[in-house]
This record gives sequence, C-alpha cells and structure tokens, in this order.
Amino acid sequence: MSTYDTNGGRHGHDGSDGSHGHAVEVSQTPTGRHAVRLTDDPLADPGRPPHEPRRTDVSARARQRAERQVAAMFGLSTLAAIGFVVAFVAIDKDAFVSLPLFGEIGAQNLAFGLCLGLSLLLIGTGVIHWSRKLMTSPEIVEQRHSMRSPDPDREYVAAAVKEGSGESIVGRRPFLIGGSLVGALGAATVAPLITLRDLGPLPEDKLRHTAWAEQHQIVFEHSNLPIRAADVPIGAMITAKPKDVEDLNELAKAVILILRLEPDQVQNARQLELGYEGIFAFSKICTHVGCPIGLYERETHHLLCPCHQSTFDVLDGAKVIFGPAARSLPQLRITVDDAGYLVAEGDFDQPVGPSFWERG
Amino acid sequence: MSSTVEKAAGGVGNYFDERVRLASASKALIRKVFPEHWSFLLGEIALWSFVVLLITGTWLTFFFKPSMTEVIYDGSYQPLQGVRMSEAYASTLDISFDIRGGMIMRQIHHWAALIFVAAICIHLLRIFFTGAFRKPRELNWIIGNVLLTLALLEGFAGYSLPDDLLSGTGLRIAEGVLLSIPLVGTYASFFLFGGEFPGEAMVPRLFTIHILLIPALIVALVTVHLLLVFAQKHTQWPGPGKTEKNVIGYPFLPVYIAKTGGFFFIVFGVCALLGGLAQVNPIWLYGPYNPAQVSAGSQPDWYIGFLEGALRAMPNWEITAWGHTLSLNVLIPALIVPGIFFTLLALYPFVEQWVTGDKREHHLLQRPRNVPVRTGLGAAGITFFGILWLNGGNDIIAHQFHMSLNSITWFTRVFIFVGPVAAYLITKRICLGLARRDRDKVLHGRETGIIRRMPSGEYLEVHEPAPAEERFALTAHEVQRPHELGPAVDENGIPNPNGRKEKVRATLSRWYFGDRVEKPTAEEYEAITSGHDHH
Repeated sequence: MSTYDTNGGRHGHDGSDGSHGHAVEVSQTPTGRHAVRLTDDPLADPGRPPHEPRRTDVSARARQRAERQVAAMFGLSTLAAIGFVVAFVAIDKDAFVSLPLFGEIGAQNLAFGLCLGLSLLLIGTGVIHWSRKLMTSPEIVEQRHSMRSPDPDREYVAAAVKEGSGESIVGRRPFLIGGSLVGALGAATVAPLITLRDLGPLPEDKLRHTAWAEQHQIVFEHSNLPIRAADVPIGAMITAKPKDVEDLNELAKAVILILRLEPDQVQNARQLELGYEGIFAFSKICTHVGCPIGLYERETHHLLCPCHQSTFDVLDGAKVIFGPAARSLPQLRITVDDAGYLVAEGDFDQPVGPSFWERG
Repeated sequence: MSSTVEKAAGGVGNYFDERVRLASASKALIRKVFPEHWSFLLGEIALWSFVVLLITGTWLTFFFKPSMTEVIYDGSYQPLQGVRMSEAYASTLDISFDIRGGMIMRQIHHWAALIFVAAICIHLLRIFFTGAFRKPRELNWIIGNVLLTLALLEGFAGYSLPDDLLSGTGLRIAEGVLLSIPLVGTYASFFLFGGEFPGEAMVPRLFTIHILLIPALIVALVTVHLLLVFAQKHTQWPGPGKTEKNVIGYPFLPVYIAKTGGFFFIVFGVCALLGGLAQVNPIWLYGPYNPAQVSAGSQPDWYIGFLEGALRAMPNWEITAWGHTLSLNVLIPALIVPGIFFTLLALYPFVEQWVTGDKREHHLLQRPRNVPVRTGLGAAGITFFGILWLNGGNDIIAHQFHMSLNSITWFTRVFIFVGPVAAYLITKRICLGLARRDRDKVLHGRETGIIRRMPSGEYLEVHEPAPAEERFALTAHEVQRPHELGPAVDENGIPNPNGRKEKVRATLSRWYFGDRVEKPTAEEYEAITSGHDHH
C-alpha cells in the first residue's frame, strides 16, 4: 500500500475546509484509509471508505480468468484486423449486400466497418477491462495548492520585471522606443495584408447585371433547347436560362422560372405588361439568401423556396406572402421571336438574388 | 521475462533522462490524480473524435482534389456518368466508389465530425451546470468556447468541400449572409469567393482553411486546454473525504492512461462501426452543384441547424434608405443573434462572478439543483437553441406530421421568446424542489414504505436515516446569501461613488440567491432525530 502513498506526508488535515461549523479531523492511517475523529457533528465528513479489494486481488483464479479475458480480446482484435485486410483483397468493391434495417449497402464498406470497428473496440474494452480488474490501484489523495504563486515568487518576478524593464527595455523615455516599436510592428503586420486585396475583383456593378439581353433566346436549363410559347401548358413551371450560358457564375444570376397562368387570374398590371400571353418569367433566385426556388403549388399559385420557405404569389407580381424574403422576385420582360420562341426583351430592371448594402 | 522488460524500459528511460531530464519532467505527471465520473468522459469523446478526424482527414487528402475545374465524370457510379462536374465532386465520387476503403474513411470522418461537435456541446453543458467554469477555470472556459466556434466553422468548411448540390446550397446561403453585412459585405463576398458566386476559388480556399488553418488552431488550443486541466487539476464531485483542497481519484499511470487510451479505441471503434453500417452524407444522390437547382428538404449538418432555423423564423424586415439596403431579415438571425448568444455564453463566468462577488477558487463541483438560477438560465439557453434547431427542420416536421409549415414558423416566432422564460421558471422550481427533497432526506431519511401501527392506533411510515456518507454529500455545498447593500451615504454624509453599481449588483444578487433552500444544520438534525426516532 505504501508504494502508492507518494503524497503521504502532505495530507494530514484535508477534511477541515470549514464548510461545516464543526472541526473535523481527517488523517491518513498507515493502511491508506482516512480515519475520522468525529466531534459532535452528525453531518461531518465521514472520510473515505476503506479500500475494498477486488475479487482479482484476492483470488488467483479470478485473476487468471481476467488475464485470459483481456488476452482473448486482444487476440480477437488481431483477427478482426486481419479480416480488414482480407476484405480489402477478397471483396469486390462493387458488390452489395442487403441487410434488414440497413437496406442495400456496399459489401466491402460493411466488412471494413465491422472489422475495423471490432478490432478497435476490442482493444479499447480489453485495455479498460485490464485496468479495472488487474491494475493495482487504490485511490490516491493528492493535495491541491492555490493557483496563485507563493508570495516570494511573485515578489521576485515583480522585482525582476521592474529591474529589467526599468533598465533595458523602456529606459528614460518609455514612449520613444516602446511607442515606435509598437507602431513598427503594427505597420509591418498590416502592410502585407494589402496583398489580400487581390483575393477577388471589386464588386463594381456585377451584381446588377445578368446575361439577359434583348432578343436573347430563353432555353430549357437542362437541355439548352428553345421554348416555343405555344408549347407551354397552363400550370407549367419550367426552369430556363439564356441560350448557351454555361458559366455557373452567370447561371447563378440569370436562371429564371417560366410559368403560364390564365391571364384573367393575374391581378397585377405590371406583371401582365412584362409577360407574354399569360407566360411570365421570374428570377429563380430567392431574394432572401439566393437559393433557387424549387417548389410551385399549382392550386394556390405560390412559389416556395425550399431553403427558408419564403413564399411568393405569382398572381400578384411574385410578392412575398410568407417567410423571411423581403422583396418580390424580379420579373423579366419577355416576348417571342419570329418563329414563336420565347426571348427576353432585355435584362432585369433590378438586381436579382439576395440584398446587399449598395443595392439601394 | 518481466525483469528483461523492466531492464529494457529502464535503459530507454535512462537514455532519455540523461538527455532531456525525463524523470524530473514526468515526476509530477506520472502519478497525477484523476477523479472518476462518467460526466468527465464527455470532453474525452470530443478529444478522441478530433484525433479520429485528423487520422481519417489526412487519409482523405491523399485522394481528394480541391479544385472546381470542370470535368466529365467517368467513374463507376452509373447514374452520373457523362455528367459535367467539378473535380472536387468527381474525386469525392471516386473516394466513395472507386478507391477501396475510401467510403469507410469518408463516412468515419463525417460521423466523427458529427460526434465531435456534439461532444463539445455536451461537455460544455456539463461544465456549465456543475459550475466547473468558476475560478480558476474561467480562462479554460473561454478557450473551450473558442474551440466550439472553431469546430462549427471547421465542420461547415469540411462538408462544403465535396461541391455537391447540398453543400453548394449551403455556400450559397453563406454568401447571402455575407452580402447582408453593411458596408463591407459585398466586398467580403467577392474577396472570399474570388469574384461572383460560385466562382472557382472557393473549394481550394476552403480546403486550406479546413485542413490547415482551423485544425492548427484547434490543435494549439486543445493543447493549452489540456495543459490547464493538468496544471489546475481536475474538479471533483463532493463526497466523503473530498474537499476544495484535495483531489481523490486514480493515478495517471497506469489506471487513467489505460482508461483514456482504451476510450480512444472505443470512440474510434464506434465511429468505424457507424461508418460501416450507417450511411452519412450520400453526396452521389445530390448530384453536382448547380446554382439553378435545389432539392426539397435540404438540411445542413445538425450543428448548423440552429442558424438555418433562425433564418427561417425571422420576419422579412428590410430597410432601404439613402441608397442603401439593410437586410435585417438576414443580418439578425445569421449574425447578430448567434453573435450575442455565443458572447454571453463565453462571458457567463465573469457575469456570475460579478453578481456573486465570489473570488475564491472552486474545485468541488456543484449539483445543478443547488444553483437554481444558473441551472434555469442553462435550461433557457438549451430551449432557445433547441427551438431554433427544430425550426431548422420545420419543413421536415410539417411534412412528417402533416402540420402547417406556416403555423410551425409562427409558433417558433412566439415560442423563441416565451419558451426560454418558461424553461427558466420551470427548471428553477424543479431545482428548488429537488433541493428541498435533499434536505428532507438528510433530516428525515429515506421513506421505507413500511407502515407501522402505533399503540395509540396511529399509523406512521418508518423512515430509515440516511447513512453518514449521504448526509455529508448532501450538505457539502454552500448556500450563498444575496449581497447586502451598504449604506448609500457614509458616516460623513458622502454618497457612495459606486452606489448605482452596487444597487444593480444587489438586485442581481437577490435574483440569484433570493430563492434558496437552506441546508440542514447539525442542530436541526439533532432536534429531529433525538426528539422522536420514528419520524
């Protein structure tokens, strides 16, 4: 027992922190147990309970059994690790297995997970079992000391700082060297940051323009094929873009939704003016934080952004009727070309997408 | 056999000691005492899942191509063959389908990330509710808070890397949030993305941030975090023999090192099993990022959910004046509210210290019931976070439970104010009730359920007195009283210069300690136990 009692001499009186009004004396006996001499306090610290030997401490058989268990876990872990290598070599990477609850999963991935998981878990449980059953370890009491340094140390350091800084660092004119050094360090740190200016171009008016221009053909977003006005059915919602625009930066601003409605249902004069025979083109980019608007409820004529559920009424100029977006979806003025295909009549009359400080 | 091992170990030890003073350096460490409690393992889960992230993350960098250059996919995942996509997305598909072991590494990495942030949060709550942040541990609390923020950023940067439709949508939202910042937002967005969204710079830049910048910061701060735990010694629960001046537990060598080392393998093993069995972030189902497309039911990883919920709940306030636009509908939920929330969280130890005026060191943990106001505040915070988090899935909830999405959003808008207050009041009451129960247990013992009929015909329940260990543990805490306000003017009639400050402090202190359950005194105990032994 004494081999663990490294702090033996230092914790003679560790129960008396005064949290109770009565003095309690706790001392450590040679067996490592705290003997408590109670005064008259029924709520006093009774001291640590005596160390109870484990079965493995008293029975050689229990001890041997625990040793075998630990070794068995490590042995099985090694087998699982070998299984991992076997899975790497022997299982086809494209093979699938069907498991109840989990469905179809990749056979190799499953084998990797099981083998790696088992090999690691068996090491972990083995080591912990070992520590609980076999490692000799009664509790230890260690004394705490206040984090505050002892006074002589504090005084020594304070004096040293005073002496050192007084003589060599600050000198008689503390602000001359000190101040100029701080200034120089600041300048040397900040100056190179100017190079970060070239992380990107300036915004200029890039957020105010899209790829749309007069007579630019409107095409299906996924196929780049033109859309004939006569072929757009009532109730349809088509994701469209300017013809031949593939660049994602341009697409991120220019993508539109083509909708066809009964013109007499639309209550908004300006919407009717910008549309073409009941066909309307709205920016697909939400005015909240820029998600593409993906859902169209035909019954209610609402457009819904799936990200934050801003809801726009397409019978009334795509005004916001619910959710966090503050502005209507910008509408693109459209018409048809000579062949009856939808074309833009110019760019949007306002920036599309999320608001920004300079938008106004 | 064992003597050979000892000899060899001694030889190695001697070699290093003669060169780097190994013995002196490890003297204090080797028998360092660590108290045991299940709640002390929560921080270890965070630590070990971070190590799992470092290991699997390094593996992933060997195969991932952080580039947004467009390629045509021709790997073995049939549905996307011939599709144009970024190299980042294509290489993530390769890792998932064509590189043996790639899928398991990706999935372990993702699971470990989810566990990492969750463990940090639960660890933080443990520290909060038990008062383990009190002096001298305030600095470590701050470090922990910074680590939480870094973990959130790191997670977001990480799951944005594959450049799939889901992560691209997340980046789009992040860009929208940047744009909402007054004055500099547009510039910040253009500089970060290297121009307009999505650009071609974001994935390589996020890659450097994700694999170098933030991990380096986390490693550095975790190191300091742990060094401080060593230097300050771990806190412990009150109990027999335990005081503010000692620490009782098991030595670093061998028990603690074995248990914590074993625990690393268990955390890693659980992550590996999850990676093998439970699919996570199936980017192949989402498709490559395209700013024109989105899938319904898009959800971020769990730890970003509260931001998503805040964005969804906010009313559409926007101010346009003098040629400028102020998007309060984005600025408030995405930046201001989380900013205030995390700042208050980080500063809480200092606020509490000021209110209580308690400048002493504390090493014994508090039971949450014995600090009802703090516990109530914690419950309010959890409720606040939880409501926002739930609202982040309002579309899923509406769909699953056939509810109106608009009603859920309105419920959130109201409950985000009412909920935390209610949680505070209820929790505080529960704490006071539990504290009263503890008091009863000390004074009257345990109800045995045995009814005894007295000679007089009276029925009484037999109470069994609490054992001495329990009596002590239940009365080891301190019950603090509110600050007494000093006289407003001193004896010379001069008003106290800090009068107003003192008043605020006294009011807050009354709020903090006004409702309290006094702990039983020895006299009360004697009076009850000696008076009549049956009750």
